[in-house]
Amino acid sequence: MLEVERIDAGYKDLQALWGVSLRVEEGELVALVGPNGAGKTTTLKVISGLVKPTAGNVLLDGHSLLKEPPHRIVEMGISQVLEGGRVFTGLTVMENLELGAFGMKARKTKDRNLKRVFGLFPRLEERKRQRAGTLSGGERQMLAIGRALMSNPRILLLDEPSFGLAPLLVEQIFRMITEINKQGVTVLLVEQNVRAALELTQRAYVIENGRIVGEGSGEALLSFESVRRAYLA
Amino acid sequence: MLAPIAQNLAFGILVGGLYGIAAVGLSLVFGVTRFLNVSHGELLMLGGYAGFWLYTLYHVDPFVGLPIVVLLMVVLGVILYKLLFAGMVKYPEETKVKNTLLVGFGLGLVLQNVALRLWTADDRGITTTYSSRVISLAGVRFPLVRVASFLIALIVLFALHQFLQRTYTGKAIRATVQDWEAATLMAIDVQKVYLLTFVLGTALAGMAGALVSVGYSIQPNMGLEWTLITLIVMVLGGLGSIMGTFVAGVVLGVAQSLTSFWLGGAFREIVALTLFLLVLILRPQGLFGVKEG
Repeated sequence: MLEVERIDAGYKDLQALWGVSLRVEEGELVALVGPNGAGKTTTLKVISGLVKPTAGNVLLDGHSLLKEPPHRIVEMGISQVLEGGRVFTGLTVMENLELGAFGMKARKTKDRNLKRVFGLFPRLEERKRQRAGTLSGGERQMLAIGRALMSNPRILLLDEPSFGLAPLLVEQIFRMITEINKQGVTVLLVEQNVRAALELTQRAYVIENGRIVGEGSGEALLSFESVRRAYLA
Repeated sequence: MLAPIAQNLAFGILVGGLYGIAAVGLSLVFGVTRFLNVSHGELLMLGGYAGFWLYTLYHVDPFVGLPIVVLLMVVLGVILYKLLFAGMVKYPEETKVKNTLLVGFGLGLVLQNVALRLWTADDRGITTTYSSRVISLAGVRFPLVRVASFLIALIVLFALHQFLQRTYTGKAIRATVQDWEAATLMAIDVQKVYLLTFVLGTALAGMAGALVSVGYSIQPNMGLEWTLITLIVMVLGGLGSIMGTFVAGVVLGVAQSLTSFWLGGAFREIVALTLFLLVLILRPQGLFGVKEG
């Protein structure tokens, strides 16, 4: 469904990705793990169109996304949650969610998606009139994920949803991600929390220094010698 | 003693409303695009001459002509944005501010000299049959056209506030102010938001200018002073609060009016800049701005 083919990308003089390839099939929950600065975030931004690659291609159902601006890519069904959630702190919870459904197609299914999001995160319904800036870290992450779901995505790109959260909350967020995946949304998850991510997913890629260095089922990677040494020791 | 103070207070409030509407334009553009358009005062001046021309050449009443001025300014805004500002969007924030400052200064100089050619350096103003009418309240005189201008400014800003709070497009603008990258991921076409905001800012400047030409007077070189005024009001009010900016405009108008009454006209700019510095030191988010977080 989603194919990333031999991507080179970077910022100004700094190349961050070297020939990165990966694929995500419909309905999968795939993780992309690796250390800080390995190129995980850049990979997601290339997919969502925020960073344009210097070489390679990104394909959704066989159609290249390279010429599409990011706001169009969202409408085509790829929704990204940025690192830290990046909710609009000055707007209310409800306004944040409404903006998630800004695209013309998404507006038509707004009410249904709102119900679904409130079903997943009842806390958001309780706080819908509050400014997002008054939410706790965990609630902000829930809002960010809920907001991304409002566009009715086929693929959800999650950048470090566990970042900065207490262990109990991390567990809860990961449970929600599994639940969202079960509801039929394909998920590509970027994580530094390697063990948790690998336990969660069917398949994962390991990225280091801008290059994919490993691929396999979560279980297989967990027993992979270099992964064990680097992340789990 | 009390009567002249009340009178100056009234004049200050009335002119402050125009400061407010002019500054909201600048503030909106800066908040959304991070373009610091220092030719904002010149755009205001053009709006003033547009109203003046409509009145002298075509005998269009200045208040009836207001929508026409706004329409002309919308066209000008689109042209200026496409020609000069659209290319700046791709730069990081700091470069954007610096580049737009340069472009703004250049544009300001050009517009000022074009205005000198077209309309000469004379002071101009619109004098209608009702221009000399005055409403008296408890001994304080309120010139009718200035009261009408103030009310129009207030109504327009209230409508703008409602637009930003209630409509989808308004919410998209507010989201872009906070985080353009996250806004893009909401399927918001940020480029369109930039264009719309810039045009809105130009129209507000033009409207303020047209109102200035009715109750006060206009000159080709008025732009710099108005740019300064709007910058000060923008900082005073704090980014992101329409009504806050309006109130800040009134505060500055009153402060200037009372200072020139007590200390003389030369102190008008001094009080404005002192207020500016005090706010920057004591309350950098502005009187009504919200701190990040």
